[in-house]
Amino acid sequence: MTTQVNGLDSLALRADDMATQNNSENLTADKHQDVEVLETIGENILENPKFSTRNVNVFYGEKQAIFDASLDIGQNEVIALIGPSGCGKSTYLRALNRMNDTIDSCRVSGQLKLDGEDIYDKKMDPVLLRARVGMVFQKPNPFPKSIYDNVAYGPRIHGLAKNSTDLDEIVITSLERAGLFNEVKDRLTAPGTGLSGGQQQRLCIARTIAVSPEVILMDEPASALDPIATAIIEELIDELRENYTIAIVTHSMQQAARVSQRTAYFHLGKLVEVGETNLIFTNPRHQLTENYITGKFG
Amino acid sequence: MNNTETVKNSLKKRYAREKRFQLYGRMAVWTGFIFLAILLFDIITKATPAFQATEIFLDIPLDPVTLELQADTQLDEETLRAIDYAGLIKKSLRQAFPEVKKRKDKKLLYKLVSSGAEFKLRDMVINNPQLIGNKPLSLWVLADDDVDTFYKLETVTSRIKEQQIGFIDKLKQDDRIRTSFNTTFFTHSDSREPEQAGIRGALMGSFWTLLVTLLISLPVGIAAAVYLEEFAPQNKFTDFIEININNLAAVPSIVFGLLGLAVFINFFGIPRSAPLIGGLVLSLMTLPTIIISSRAALKSVPPSIKEAALGLGASHMQTVFHHVLPLAMPGILTGAIIGMAQALGETAPLLMIGMVAFIVDVPGGFLDSATVLPVQIYLWSDSPERAFTALTAATILVLLGFLAVMNAIAIYLRKHFERRW
Ligand SMILES: Nc1ncnc2c1ncn2[C@@H]1O[C@H](COP(=O)(O)OP(=O)(O)OP(=O)(O)O)[C@@H](O)[C@H]1O
Ligand SMILES: [Mg+2]
Repeated sequence: MTTQVNGLDSLALRADDMATQNNSENLTADKHQDVEVLETIGENILENPKFSTRNVNVFYGEKQAIFDASLDIGQNEVIALIGPSGCGKSTYLRALNRMNDTIDSCRVSGQLKLDGEDIYDKKMDPVLLRARVGMVFQKPNPFPKSIYDNVAYGPRIHGLAKNSTDLDEIVITSLERAGLFNEVKDRLTAPGTGLSGGQQQRLCIARTIAVSPEVILMDEPASALDPIATAIIEELIDELRENYTIAIVTHSMQQAARVSQRTAYFHLGKLVEVGETNLIFTNPRHQLTENYITGKFG
Repeated sequence: MNNTETVKNSLKKRYAREKRFQLYGRMAVWTGFIFLAILLFDIITKATPAFQATEIFLDIPLDPVTLELQADTQLDEETLRAIDYAGLIKKSLRQAFPEVKKRKDKKLLYKLVSSGAEFKLRDMVINNPQLIGNKPLSLWVLADDDVDTFYKLETVTSRIKEQQIGFIDKLKQDDRIRTSFNTTFFTHSDSREPEQAGIRGALMGSFWTLLVTLLISLPVGIAAAVYLEEFAPQNKFTDFIEININNLAAVPSIVFGLLGLAVFINFFGIPRSAPLIGGLVLSLMTLPTIIISSRAALKSVPPSIKEAALGLGASHMQTVFHHVLPLAMPGILTGAIIGMAQALGETAPLLMIGMVAFIVDVPGGFLDSATVLPVQIYLWSDSPERAFTALTAATILVLLGFLAVMNAIAIYLRKHFERRW
């Protein structure tokens, strides 16, 4: 796979070459500098992926938020989406379960497939899609209902529990896995909105995993959490990986490094670089990625 | 001079401006408050007499001789109904004032007592035939409204004659005149005689009318608001409808009355003066209010809640009915109650559809002729008798009371169901 770079003296380099020459000093100087890069560097295409997206463009009215992003997400992998604020991570994530449908001005073009089925096809029912692709939102948004009802809502509408004992069990295991159960076990009937910000976020995670989706999209799930709760969530992600596919947006490089197998770097709406997480962090191939990772901006 | 000095110098002016603004604000609030206080004081002082009724004590002869009954007469209802009760009352008055001899004076004497007294007496006798006997029946009966006004307010008007004042003085000396709580006001309907007039009919008329209004405008209003806010496609046509709903809210209410007259009465043939037609017209009037406030309430539900539900795989419909609508409900109900309060106080459109008639019977359903509280106020305020002025004020108080209660419920709902998210 080749990478084309717009610019006067830029070179077309083979991505695999770069991976092998990662110690070379002079390669750093040759790193792609240009934001106008249209094709993504790295291993953005996979074989037999869970999600496959090609040339995705997302517009908010006239404003384009995602430019020609092509990215695959593998079965049972955790992929981290990183990038500076406003670069379109949330927008891309929301395109994957058609949450963008709720925004009137938002249009999505390109090809997005889940298990080979076109997500934006007329035959695809967005309700079914969202039951298969769950989402934890950037801002915690518990329902103004009891903690129990928050978690039980999904299983209830989908008829996942045969009886109330079943439902109890789903609620309790979900809360346990989200690391919240011990804190709330005495007040399951208390309103979910009365919890602290971090607790609310874990409640939202519990609510999402209660419906056992195939894919979980997490938009900065740990941004409001303390290190202990963060560790619980990261453990959960590790554990979930056995059965689920997870895409996680994060601002914490360490977190991305800890939980993900692959990392995608977005910049100003463009998917700049994708690669194995440890390689991205040790040897970024694009100047922008390196700048971001080394904290030169963002 | 550095910045600190500049800021310091400007401070005095800034504080003065703030002080002045606060002063204006306080003046505005107090002006409003004073007018409200004057209004309430005026109404309450005028209304107080209406809650008291003057009564006169009579010993009514009920011996068979006076009643011209034979010993073997069956005391069935027909016989009892045929008795001249007015005559009995006159007789008892003559007995109480034996010194009155002249025909003209006697007439004035008879006028002390309300014409409704004979019906009260008749009903008592029919229900209790054993009252008939040699012992006279001692009874407090309502005084005539002129006597009532004179006795309660102690002012001499042209409607009360000198002789009558003498009679009243004598009654006073004998402790045969008193005031008591005016139950008639709450148990009777409209009447030509102020002392027999009450608001029961208007109250029930208002009740039936508002019931119709509520049953129509609440479901229709909520359905329209939910559809427009959550489901309707965003296009020119929806915008057009939205603009027109806003315009409807500003249409003078009398226009709705004309519409009701043309459409409901002349075209659909619904009986005029009935609560059904009144309710229909008031529904037209309150619908825009309810739709607008419901849409505002629906809009104020944070989108993050909707996203949460949709993200879990709830359908659009489930999202709306499980989350959005319940969260908007307090706001919707507040709007509905305010709309209802408006409808309760509305007069003009009801005049157009004939709810302004003089109606003595208490309406028992949607199709009986009826009037409503504000129209009753309008009718009574037009009457020359002084006692009707008091009744008008008292009815206004009752109406204000209902409005206050409705608004209190609206505030309670807002406070009680207010949720943080
Ligand atoms: N509803 C919207 N309407 C219009 N523009 C939007 C909307 N949501 C996002 N945008 C724009 O799209 C771009 C990408 O936003 P997005 O929320 O995806 O960024 P992000 O990478 O998630 O940032 P952050 O890390 O701060 O969450 C931004 O420029 C933003 O202003
Ligand atoms: Mg975001």
